[in-house]
Amino acid sequence: MSEAILVSTRKGLFEVGKGKSEWAVKDAVFLGDNVTLALHDPRDGTDYAALNHGHFGVKLHRRNKGGAWTEIAAPAYPPKPEGLNDLDGWGRPVKWTTQMIWALEPGGADEPGTLWAGTMPGGLFRSRDRGESWDMIRPLWDMPERNKWLGGGADIPGIHSICVDPRSSRTVRVGISCGGVWVTHDGGESWAQSAHGMRFDDGPAGVADDPHTQDPHMMVQCPAVPERFWVQHHCGIWRSADNAKSWQEVKARPSSFGFGVVVHPKDPDTAWFVPGIKDEKRYPVDGKLVVTRTRDGGRSFDVLDKGLPGSHAYDIVFRHALAGDETGDRLAFGSTTGNLWISEDQGDSWQTVSSTLPPVHAVRFA
Amino acid sequence: MAKVFFTANLRRHVDCGAMEAEGVTVGDVLSRVFAIQDRLGAYVLDDQGALRKHMTILVDGQRVRDIERLTDPVRPNSEVWVMQALSGG
Repeated sequence: MSEAILVSTRKGLFEVGKGKSEWAVKDAVFLGDNVTLALHDPRDGTDYAALNHGHFGVKLHRRNKGGAWTEIAAPAYPPKPEGLNDLDGWGRPVKWTTQMIWALEPGGADEPGTLWAGTMPGGLFRSRDRGESWDMIRPLWDMPERNKWLGGGADIPGIHSICVDPRSSRTVRVGISCGGVWVTHDGGESWAQSAHGMRFDDGPAGVADDPHTQDPHMMVQCPAVPERFWVQHHCGIWRSADNAKSWQEVKARPSSFGFGVVVHPKDPDTAWFVPGIKDEKRYPVDGKLVVTRTRDGGRSFDVLDKGLPGSHAYDIVFRHALAGDETGDRLAFGSTTGNLWISEDQGDSWQTVSSTLPPVHAVRFA
Repeated sequence: MAKVFFTANLRRHVDCGAMEAEGVTVGDVLSRVFAIQDRLGAYVLDDQGALRKHMTILVDGQRVRDIERLTDPVRPNSEVWVMQALSGG
């Protein structure tokens, strides 16, 4: 069971651990710097942290097990061909430079040292040497459909979810806001769209359900039953039971809007969400912060609020800021208001770890 | 040789004291500096080699104009300052 959590915030990376009885912040690194995401690689114990310096660009740091943090290479875009009129779905020129590391995942158990990184404005990268060097996955970047991808809340498109299939490391699915879901079965050589069934609430037919512009805020795959997926989408919650070939919508109360989703590692019917009022408002319904949990594949949802603020709470939980551990018993989430909560009973009750952190971007069990 | 100075805020991330380098354009001079301290380049320039959005460069007190290709001229005794582009209050 994980005893440590990496919390990436606007003002540093916080390491949270369990003491004799309570969880507490144990250490802080990169204080003052904008840490957008961290990864603990369970294969070798290495930690990674992605920073986004306002002036100096996106950087990546690595800490070997028991070692100190050192800067390593960040994914970098190849030279943009001279004269290329490369426009995004809004018709705006695409800047070929890493503007955010928005997803960071280990490769399969059979490929030690392999990492995947998803970035804004939409490039997918792979490292074979623990982040010493990165290669852009050109076949995905060169798909003509990329020019339909749209910025969501972040103005430019980005890859935020990477699911390496436990049955074959050569099968990888990525979630893009807003570019749907893409799948490769040959280690990135060829790609196909895989967001069929998702749709926006609004817009003309053929546009609202165009898979190439869907906005899956976060996608997760059940490790024990890998044909099962969940997506928290901009317009609701979707699930798939057929390897993401098709998606079906489910409805949750008090809202189906949110950013993050966690699936139980062994039970694909169990998943957690943090709902908010839909897109133009984005705060908890009635100012009451709750977690929703389904145990029956989305037919019904429990509303979990024990230990969470019941009034005047305006916390928003970003897509990487809700996490579960490898047992499915422990969950944690952090908010834009600097709160961090943890549950050790699958969400039935929550303890406040801190209410004074900087705005939280991402939470991960280590 | 031109003399190149970097904003103190950069020194928190990369070792970059004042350096001297040859070159007839800003791009020439910087490429020689970055050849010595290779991590520094990615802090100042983006993936396409253009000046990062919130950075600016002064040559003998004048802000450079070509921020994409860095072709502004540099004289042998010029002072090149790599700074943050600060705005607001």
